[in-house]
Amino acid sequence: MVQYSPTRLDSSFAALSDATRRGVLEQLGRADASITELAQKFHMTLTGMKKHVGVLEQAGLVATEKVGRVRTCKLGPRSLDDETAWIEAYRQRWAARFDELDNVVAELKHKEKVDGRKKRDR
Amino acid sequence: MAAKRETDSRTQAERKSERELVVTRTFDAPPRIVFEAWTKPELLQRWWTPKSFGIVFLSCELDVRTGGGYRFVFRHGDSKPMEFFGRYLEVTPPSRLVWTNEEAGDGGSITTVTFEEQGGKTLLVMHDLYPSKEALDAAIASGSTMGTDEMFAQLDELLAAR
Repeated sequence: MVQYSPTRLDSSFAALSDATRRGVLEQLGRADASITELAQKFHMTLTGMKKHVGVLEQAGLVATEKVGRVRTCKLGPRSLDDETAWIEAYRQRWAARFDELDNVVAELKHKEKVDGRKKRDR
Repeated sequence: MAAKRETDSRTQAERKSERELVVTRTFDAPPRIVFEAWTKPELLQRWWTPKSFGIVFLSCELDVRTGGGYRFVFRHGDSKPMEFFGRYLEVTPPSRLVWTNEEAGDGGSITTVTFEEQGGKTLLVMHDLYPSKEALDAAIASGSTMGTDEMFAQLDELLAAR
């Protein structure tokens, strides 16, 4: 069973509760980017973007590295740590759907049987 | 609880490669019936959002033919409606459905569902292929594949249970 640490959940919950920060993660999933590039992409001031990246970094979702005068951001270690938990949640979600789908399928199967019988009786 | 886990384990999921997620499940009916439940909006709406998800359909449009589009609109609590949409790339009744997931922009996956007849039952394999390893990593990092609001609902439950 996957163990969830409440502190980690709190920090990722806060980090992901903002649409811009979710956008930043998706963006970094495509390519590493500097804070300046991210600020431009999301039409934001440098200070505003620094704050967002700071929150993501604290949650371990983003890692940054300063080379010269440029701070480059990439997906952080937490992103992959959580893969197992994410896949289990994903599986459970489909399992719940498929349990409902079982009911629909059983009903259709029954209906087909009844309709078939009616046709034969005609 | 044990019984629940037993039915639960009938659904398998794994990250098959850097770019792929695969989910499998067997259904006790032939493919034509399972396929019907995936392709008629009034049937799909009955199982796509189990009560435990806490989300409801506002609308569900399916134009199930090659090149046709689909659009789901959901609401979770008082949040603003969420949209999921894309196009069908392949529709081969009753054995294969392929569609795009375009709500996340160009990082979205392509979903292939196959329905394979196995002695009167259906082996369903759902395959999500992302454009790159980075795109799948990002989906996992941001929870976007789950629908972020749904992930929050699950987080809420976990946090409430503390």
